Amino acid sequence: MKLFIKFDFNTICKKVLETKLEELDIKYRILAFGEVELLEKVPSEKYEALNDALNSYGIEIVENQKSILVQKIKDAIIDMVFNEDSTVNVKSSVYLSEKLGHSYGYLSNLFSEVTYTSIENFIIIQKIEYTKQLLLTTDLSLTEIAFKLNYSSVAHLSTQFKNATGITPSAFQRIISKRRSIAQQKN
Amino acid sequence: MPNDYIHIILADDDEDDRLFFTDAFDELKMNTKVNTFNDGVELMDYLNSEDAILPNVLFLDLNMPLKNGIECLNEIKANSKMSDIAIAIYSTSASEEDIEETFVLGANIYIKKPSSFKQLKKVLAEVVSMNWQYHTNSLNKDNFLMRL
Repeated sequence: MKLFIKFDFNTICKKVLETKLEELDIKYRILAFGEVELLEKVPSEKYEALNDALNSYGIEIVENQKSILVQKIKDAIIDMVFNEDSTVNVKSSVYLSEKLGHSYGYLSNLFSEVTYTSIENFIIIQKIEYTKQLLLTTDLSLTEIAFKLNYSSVAHLSTQFKNATGITPSAFQRIISKRRSIAQQKN
Repeated sequence: MPNDYIHIILADDDEDDRLFFTDAFDELKMNTKVNTFNDGVELMDYLNSEDAILPNVLFLDLNMPLKNGIECLNEIKANSKMSDIAIAIYSTSASEEDIEETFVLGANIYIKKPSSFKQLKKVLAEVVSMNWQYHTNSLNKDNFLMRL
């Protein structure tokens, strides 16, 4: 005997999703096809279990894998900026693609798609934020900071600071110290 | 595209400026929700109301009737409930004193209103993108100063 069956992928997937999420006791809401909102923070073991359960049906968690990879890119950049040893003589594009095992083009497109900025810009933002932090919390001069962050010259750092924020490093320091003295007067 | 939308408020008494502002965000490919208010009193009434959804970024015109931008800025900065809002001053003036004064009072961003629509879109995209970086990367908002 032969059976002829017709099936609806949407219904199957939805049913599988519901069953698996309920089995793992995860509170969820199905938003649209291909989109599920988890209503509470899911511990990583549970998340892994869900991922495995869904994978066995050929269902893949897409968005989250993207954001996990973006987070890895960010972590690698932060490590590169804050850890002086790792920056030596390696281009950031080479460093990132070697460390994460994807082509730089792929990483770069993915990053821009998810974060509203580019990898290049993100690196600059991290360096400038680190510069601000060092200016406010240490006695290092801008020249020393430029050296520490591997800038070719203090002028380069100073220009990049101005381009990224619209203000000069010294104006930044002046404004923050005025804010602090006002806050002190209030207390 | 990030899933969370970015909530933006503009307080400006100039109708044309409000229109350009909302049009610019309509054309930008960013997941934003924009509300506008016509003056500082309307704005503060909303922010102080029980069910207010506080914005990620608040754009404040400096010269408004009834309550001006500086007064709004001071009230917001004095209210710990509103401390997470990034404040962008949005003004026709670009005097150095105005700029430095608003920064010292706690503004994060100072924008001189651009003269072309194209430039406006570029500036707003830059502000929202930079604010998003602070928001999503737990950067220190006290150090968020930007002038455009």
